[in-house]
Amino acid sequence: MNRIISPKMAQTIMKGVLWASGIITVLILIVIIGYILIKGLPVVSLNFLFSDPIDSGRAGGIFPMIISSLYVTLIAIVVATPLGVGAAVYLSEYAGENTIVKLIRFGAETLASIPSIVFGLFGLAFFVIYLGFGWSVLSGGLILALMVLPTILQVSEVSLEAVPKSYREGSLAIGATKWQTIYRVVLPAGIPGITTGVILGLARAISEAAAILFAVGASLSIPISIFDPARPLSLHLYILATEGISLDNAYGTAAVLVILVLIITVVTNTLVERYSRKMMGR
Amino acid sequence: MDYRIEVEDLNVYFNEAQILKDVSLKIHKNTVTSLIGPSGCGKSTFIRTLNRMNDLIDGFKHDGTVLLDRKDIYDPKVDVVDLRKKIGMVFQKPNPFPKSIFDNVAYGLRVHGINENNAIKEKVEESLKAAALWDEVKDKLDMSAMGLSGGQQQRLCIARTIAVNPEVILMDEPASALDPISTTKIEDLVHKLKNDYTIIIVTHNMQQATRVSKYTAFFLNGEIVESGLTERLFVDPQDKRTEDYITGRFG
Amino acid sequence: MTKYEEFLIEKGLFITAILSIIVILLIIGFIFKEGLPAMESYGFLNFIFGMDWSPSDGQYGVFTMIIGSIGITLLSLLFAVPLSLLCAIFLAEIAPKTMKRILKPVIETLAGIPSVVYGFFGLIILVPFMRVQFGGTGFSMLTASLILTVMILPTIISISEDALKSVPHEYKEASLALGATHWQTIKNVLFPAAIPGIITAIILGMGRAVGETLAVIMVAGNVTQIPNSIFDPVRALTSNIALEMGYATGLHYNALFATGIILFIMIIILLVIANYFHYKKKVVIGGGYL
Ligand SMILES: Nc1ncnc2c1ncn2[C@@H]1O[C@H](COP(=O)(O)OP(=O)(O)O)[C@@H](O)[C@H]1O
Ligand SMILES: [Mg+2]
Repeated sequence: MNRIISPKMAQTIMKGVLWASGIITVLILIVIIGYILIKGLPVVSLNFLFSDPIDSGRAGGIFPMIISSLYVTLIAIVVATPLGVGAAVYLSEYAGENTIVKLIRFGAETLASIPSIVFGLFGLAFFVIYLGFGWSVLSGGLILALMVLPTILQVSEVSLEAVPKSYREGSLAIGATKWQTIYRVVLPAGIPGITTGVILGLARAISEAAAILFAVGASLSIPISIFDPARPLSLHLYILATEGISLDNAYGTAAVLVILVLIITVVTNTLVERYSRKMMGR
Repeated sequence: MDYRIEVEDLNVYFNEAQILKDVSLKIHKNTVTSLIGPSGCGKSTFIRTLNRMNDLIDGFKHDGTVLLDRKDIYDPKVDVVDLRKKIGMVFQKPNPFPKSIFDNVAYGLRVHGINENNAIKEKVEESLKAAALWDEVKDKLDMSAMGLSGGQQQRLCIARTIAVNPEVILMDEPASALDPISTTKIEDLVHKLKNDYTIIIVTHNMQQATRVSKYTAFFLNGEIVESGLTERLFVDPQDKRTEDYITGRFG
Repeated sequence: MTKYEEFLIEKGLFITAILSIIVILLIIGFIFKEGLPAMESYGFLNFIFGMDWSPSDGQYGVFTMIIGSIGITLLSLLFAVPLSLLCAIFLAEIAPKTMKRILKPVIETLAGIPSVVYGFFGLIILVPFMRVQFGGTGFSMLTASLILTVMILPTIISISEDALKSVPHEYKEASLALGATHWQTIKNVLFPAAIPGIITAIILGMGRAVGETLAVIMVAGNVTQIPNSIFDPVRALTSNIALEMGYATGLHYNALFATGIILFIMIIILLVIANYFHYKKKVVIGGGYL
């Protein structure tokens, strides 16, 4: 028994190290968010949120960027939700465990792992040039739709699979067809989970900048038509920071993004908590 | 009288639910004691209280005393790790580690600071022999333990337990997941081990209790209804409920 | 509802399901269609192993950027893996309920912060800090790795934690019952049993690091050179595309797509490796699993 440190010593030391790692992780977040909010919140006023930028963002607000973000995100969600949920329904309700299903799952996984800049390249070649959508809200929205598709698909599939078998059997037993059962029983029961998936997709779409770098242009005015160019918040922050246009406005924009992320985290957590409580019958 | 474990007025709660009520039991040295009773009556909870395995469960509370060799095992000064070294446990479902047969038995030795290869080898062989498994596995010690049959796995778990030289071995229905032949082997093994160890074995098989143990305690709804010499308890139960149970009228 | 309608619905759903595959094929098709011409005309080996990237002189070697991407990624793994594994063990085994209730949302939020915000934070805090501490410009491989470390922490933590928690409880009980300490149990039983999941976690974290663009651009310095030390600026493959696509034409344009091909192949390799470990990761949302 000639050990440098006894097992009990090792236990005590490692417990300390493990606690430290947890605390460090919390501190990292506090430092980053704290810094951005402390510097950014004073800049964020109603005027900042609802006015146009002046002098390419050196002064003024971020209203067109907020609209741009909402616009591309809306397109992304409107396009990706039916596709993702449809695919999830197919995978959980119709498909068995065969090669094509495995391929689809691998496809979704691959899609989820493709770097955003590669999506950017593809969007440029396909939507902007090949389909001729140009630098537009539409091109950006469609790229983001492809990026959030796997998120919505995977989360929806899991939520649909969590719907108890008895629900389906009950409906089929009274003579409903398969689709009627899915539409009237399974989908409604899966809604909270699907909603969570959509919100997560939304978060990804709002955060993304690299993928739409070559797709939306960088217009400073409010996009009206889907063929108008735009400049979503995250892209705006990138331009402000790298081109050294205005540190204050960059802080403000970053703070707005961080607050959006915080809101989304709280909302998804609440949803998931409520949902899992319901599923456990409490 | 020579007692290894003395339990006095033990009450155990998981959160609000009281699982054990005023349980008192004395365990003789180097004997086998059976715990019988219908499932859910608290047998597992009881033996897991003896090696403080219940400490892992959120909401576990207890009062009363549990003495091992006259010393309170729940005394704040007691080191749980040392305690568990002295009180080994074999679980209902065989649970070898996903490691080789050799490493499974060597695990406890290494964990307790034995690094010398020859010492480990010797002890592994000795333990596997004691667990009546050596002949079956001596040529494939490097094979994964997961490849053994259920009965072999359970004997491996016993070998793993005795390798660290415990004083007491707790067995929670060690044969309930096994076929009759493996069950017989485990019972033979218990017979052999009782000379060197104090064994407490949970079983809901009454024949097994009569075959392997000198003493028996009958649990019902978290209480010990009756305990004493196995022979006496089965032939001449003092309590109506014991009689009902052993004659198969319930449970 | 007629049988026919039911049939149509099923076919329609099938099409939405195979869309993921179609999209991937489209992506591959378009990236390769635009990228291959550059590889062909510049020479495949010259492209990959060429040290010189200067589009104005018609030089399109991406080797420095391959090294840049790999260097940044490995360095960030060096920081992120120990911290995230410790943190995962902490969450799975040690942390009391209250601490979990704090740490889980923290990790989620870290995962949700846009990469531009990370890049911005790096640019205004970390770069000046590194400049003061280590001299130079402050833009470096190390700076980029530190930012990436924070960005891949959540990926590695959440998947590893899940892997640790899915180790059968019996192993833990068996080890503790033998008188092993909690740490010995973690180190010798839980951790080894969770290895496939942990490797998956690390590979996915790697994928995120290799693919990250804007945060890296903002702090790495973007010089096309093989770094002599971790304090030298480097350019990642992703950054190369983002920096130059705005004004690229002709072969330059194609060469940037070809850079994308390299990136795509790297990610596929990582995915194949991850798949090899057969670890089925759960879909983690918020504080719980769905
Ligand atoms: N971890 C736990 N948390 C709450 N209740 C438990 C737990 N483990 C066991 N119980 C309850 O304690 C009672 C006794 O269980 P147990 O000791 O396993 O019985 P036995 O081993 O005799 O079948 C049962 O009612 C069971 O539901
Ligand atoms: Mg039991």
